[in-house]
Amino acid sequence: MKIIITLIVTLVSVFSLAGNNSLLPQDPEEESQILKGIENNIFAEDNEKCLVCHGEPYFQLVDTVMGVTQNRLMCNDYFIERDDFYQSNHWSFACTDCHSYDFEIFPHPTSTRLEEPYQCNDCHGYDEQYAQYQFEEIQIEYNESTHAEIENFSCWKCHDPHSYKVSIRNTTNLEETILYDNNICLECHANFNNFQLLTDRDEIVVVESHNWLPNQSAHFTSVRCIECHTEINDSILVAHKVLPKDKAVKRCTECHTSDSRLLATLYKFQSKEFRSDVGFLNGVIFNQSYVIGANRNIILNYLSYIIFGGVLLVVFVHIFFRLIRRA
Amino acid sequence: MTKRLYLYPVWIRLWHVVNAILFLILIFTGISMQFAGSERSFSLIRFEQAVTWHNVSAIILTFNYVVFILGNVFTTNSRHYKIRKENFWSDLLSQLKFYSFGMFKKEKHPFPVTYEQKFNPLQKISYVLAMYIGMPVLIITGIGLLFPEILLHQFFGVSGLLITDILHITIGFILSVFMIIHIYTCTLGEKPITLFKSMVNGYHEEHE
Repeated sequence: MKIIITLIVTLVSVFSLAGNNSLLPQDPEEESQILKGIENNIFAEDNEKCLVCHGEPYFQLVDTVMGVTQNRLMCNDYFIERDDFYQSNHWSFACTDCHSYDFEIFPHPTSTRLEEPYQCNDCHGYDEQYAQYQFEEIQIEYNESTHAEIENFSCWKCHDPHSYKVSIRNTTNLEETILYDNNICLECHANFNNFQLLTDRDEIVVVESHNWLPNQSAHFTSVRCIECHTEINDSILVAHKVLPKDKAVKRCTECHTSDSRLLATLYKFQSKEFRSDVGFLNGVIFNQSYVIGANRNIILNYLSYIIFGGVLLVVFVHIFFRLIRRA
Repeated sequence: MTKRLYLYPVWIRLWHVVNAILFLILIFTGISMQFAGSERSFSLIRFEQAVTWHNVSAIILTFNYVVFILGNVFTTNSRHYKIRKENFWSDLLSQLKFYSFGMFKKEKHPFPVTYEQKFNPLQKISYVLAMYIGMPVLIITGIGLLFPEILLHQFFGVSGLLITDILHITIGFILSVFMIIHIYTCTLGEKPITLFKSMVNGYHEEHE
């Protein structure tokens, strides 16, 4: 009977916790995301003047005097994918919001090529509107990260302003978010062509350097690189202090325990929103992923203590009566 | 006069001792993993060691389980696991009454051990549940946790890994409780050590 009751309670508790979709974060920017897109950008027509070349893999070089037209390959660094841009965080911008009006002159004057691009904090820093993102704190973290030691590295290397979307804060599909975020890292760390533009270090083969990791593919699809490769910062949502490789997390118990570090990293946003009295986030994690060891079912835990205690009690009572009757 | 019955052939005794040792390792390492935490928290052995020992022991246990199944297929040992429908509940109740009251009043065992009837009704049902339901579920879910990529990603909207893990630790816990009761009931022979001896020399002994 105990077995049946245990199983019933297990199933009830699992399904009651797992099926509780109300614990899922509702997308706070859902409405504005629906309104995104080229058709909603009032500068779209102006932007087309740029994207007619920069939005295509090839552009046309026309010499009207000589009557010569040539197709030229658009350099990858200057190529903007329209769909990505109009779905990105900066979707509503005009190109000239960030780039000089001199770019409207063609061929572009040399001065435009020497133009210093904006950094994140030039727009987002010390602005109440963006206070929740804590860009200033992110800048401090970044300055202490290994990335900051690399010449020519900047926010843009990871967060392309023409395509970057805030992901973890709005996520309703954690797996997609993890893939999106990890691809940012892999853009250089799994692509030696990009990697060697920034450093003289030997090529990193991510799969080989993570050979020690059990169930490697499960880890790669279930957590972001930064879970193990950054230092946890309690005051910002996404840690930006990328650590040297010898300081990366390697102990299983950092994540696979009830006080999992994932609660301070991957599940941080949900944990802030939905932290409950029972002290763990089964409801949130159950719905999107499951971390062995971190998702302790408190009902099952207590039930197991009760059953275990009950069995020991019965055994001791039985021993007691056996001793008495023998005497 | 002492009745001696050869009930435990060598293969059963070997299978049993291997099963027992592996199960103790699995309980020990399983608890260690279940309650693993930060460096200051409770832990029996290091988490990484617990995982390795648990995995290796579980793989050997799986092969040992196959030995048990094959043994029961190719020998007559399986007859002890056949449950009769008639008087099922009343037999269970009378065995339970014996353990609860009868044995203290020095009553006779309601189901004395014979060559045909090695287990009493309570033993029979608990062994059948443990060996033919508990163990397969434990092994299958264990394989699922060892190779999580083979698991269903979602099952009726619930993570496949979650269901597998919860089933694994729940069945693991139930079988651990079974083991405690099993070991304790083995002290209920004529002397507390009598039944343990049987599992060493193969002979069930009792005074008639």
